Amino acid sequence: MAIVTSAGPRAETAALSRAPDRSRWAAGARTLFGNPVTIVAAVFLLLVVLAAVFAPVIARHDPTFLDPGVRLQGPSAEFPMGTDDRGRDIFSRVIYGGRVSLAIGVGVTLAAAAIGSVLGLLSGYFPRLDTPIMRTLDGLMAFPSILLAIAIMASLGPSATNVFLALTVVYTPTVARLVRSTTLVTRQQPFVESARSIGMTDAGILLRYVYPNGLSPLIVQCTFVVAFAIISEASLSFLGAGVDPETPTWGNMLRDGQRVLQVAWWLALFPGIALVLTVLTLNVLGDALRDALDPRGRGR
Amino acid sequence: MTAYILRRLVLLVPVMIVVGVVVFALVHLTPGDPAAVILGDRATAEDIQRLREQLGLNDPLPVQFARWFGDMLRLDFGESIFLGEPVTRALLDRVQPTALLTLYALLIQIAIGVPAGVLAAVRHNSPLDRVFTVMAISGSAIPTFFLGIVLILIFAVRLRWLPSGGYAPPGEGLGAHLQSMVLPAFALGFSAAGLLARMVRSSMLDVLREDYVRTAWAKGLPERLIIVRHALRNALIPALTIIGISVGALLGGAVVTETVFTIPGMGRLVVQSIARRDYPVIQGAIVAIALTYVLVNLVVDVLYVYIDPRVRLGGE
Repeated sequence: MAIVTSAGPRAETAALSRAPDRSRWAAGARTLFGNPVTIVAAVFLLLVVLAAVFAPVIARHDPTFLDPGVRLQGPSAEFPMGTDDRGRDIFSRVIYGGRVSLAIGVGVTLAAAAIGSVLGLLSGYFPRLDTPIMRTLDGLMAFPSILLAIAIMASLGPSATNVFLALTVVYTPTVARLVRSTTLVTRQQPFVESARSIGMTDAGILLRYVYPNGLSPLIVQCTFVVAFAIISEASLSFLGAGVDPETPTWGNMLRDGQRVLQVAWWLALFPGIALVLTVLTLNVLGDALRDALDPRGRGR
Repeated sequence: MTAYILRRLVLLVPVMIVVGVVVFALVHLTPGDPAAVILGDRATAEDIQRLREQLGLNDPLPVQFARWFGDMLRLDFGESIFLGEPVTRALLDRVQPTALLTLYALLIQIAIGVPAGVLAAVRHNSPLDRVFTVMAISGSAIPTFFLGIVLILIFAVRLRWLPSGGYAPPGEGLGAHLQSMVLPAFALGFSAAGLLARMVRSSMLDVLREDYVRTAWAKGLPERLIIVRHALRNALIPALTIIGISVGALLGGAVVTETVFTIPGMGRLVVQSIARRDYPVIQGAIVAIALTYVLVNLVVDVLYVYIDPRVRLGGE
């Protein structure tokens, strides 16, 4: 019996798919790094991550230190991105702001991917759970995403933790929908049926066969969720419904910057550019990943 | 067709229940007593008790929900705590700027997105295609509010061509009205145009490979005719779905854009109401916007079925 199990569906599918699988990954890697734009984007993103991690080393000034003597100074050698209306160094604040953006972007994505995967697998695999789960998520998706986030922030109050919670609620349904749709397809596959016929548990089938099969679209989706979450966090902070206003974040800086836009352009421009470039590189990488992981879309 | 519409309407019921539960829960998610939170530190116990009475917070939760849900269906959201007028009235006063801003942004999205997508597809893999693709990706990477700030910097602060904010209703002169809406509508419509352009491009590429398009070429029809009459008409059908989805993004974006350009619409009211803890207004505005979004998508889906017979015949 043990022999039958070990030579069961797993060995069979492995034998069938090993060769094409490896060449698929190789072709994927070639597509991913064959494009100079992708490499530039990856390098830039790496720099943003490094800057965030090593912020205390890179920033030459305390991002929250008020120095009334140097209010609203334009970019200079001492302050490469100028100072704000309370004499704080914009460059240091942009670097520290990246920490908040990345932490929230990645944190929200991991949480939404985890919860969304569970909901999507349950909903796609067990027909009885499909309707209650999906109807609830449809209801959540009836709100424009930023509006739902604003609504949740309005009741929870401004803080980074609450932004994380609100955006997790906002982005979980998209992940769940995607996982559900791939689960629905995989569930019909012969190897799932054969796994069931040899008495594998549902949990085992889901984790070993169904979930891994839907992983590559999920990875692509997650890249975009990081980008969306970063934009949403900045929007919430900009509106005054995000991270605590005293914390340096790109959204908070844009909010401060717009107040003095008539006299000092650098307050809003630099955090904005940091935000756009980060989101842009994430989008470029997401596109490249999609091309690399989905052979049908290649060459489009 | 009627059956399809009926089925879609039935599906609205669970959606509206979830919307109701979520928006109802907003008041009860607040840490502590909502009445005390709304009134702030200086409130007396008496004030708090009065507000609890006004908001019906003393009743059991199921009773509160049933009452709230019934009121919501009648679009009655109670009195605004800050403005001292019914929420519905406050919202109606601010519908016009939001509706017009969303409409103009939608028009800009279509005016940029469709031609860009078509050109990119027709000149597939040309430098033009690459430029448009890069623009579309960067367009969706620029958050509306930052694009708005950049536009204000260029056109209001530097060039002084357009106002940096404010709103002139169309009733008080069309010129001033359009001037006040150019920048916000462009800020909102531009990033949405990227998504639409990419959709139009890929569906155009599919259609251009179809047999009937080859037939049209073989017949010797002029390129313009083939692209506009034969290809585009079919390629626009999938793009219609994107436009439906965009309305949600545009309505949400309007909330932010109104704040950037100090436009007295529903979105700015929501943002102002957060600081004032005016929950009835926040609840009302959010239900109103979600409802609009749901209904627009219903209309788009019905149109989709109406335009594309394949969907109708093939079932769902």
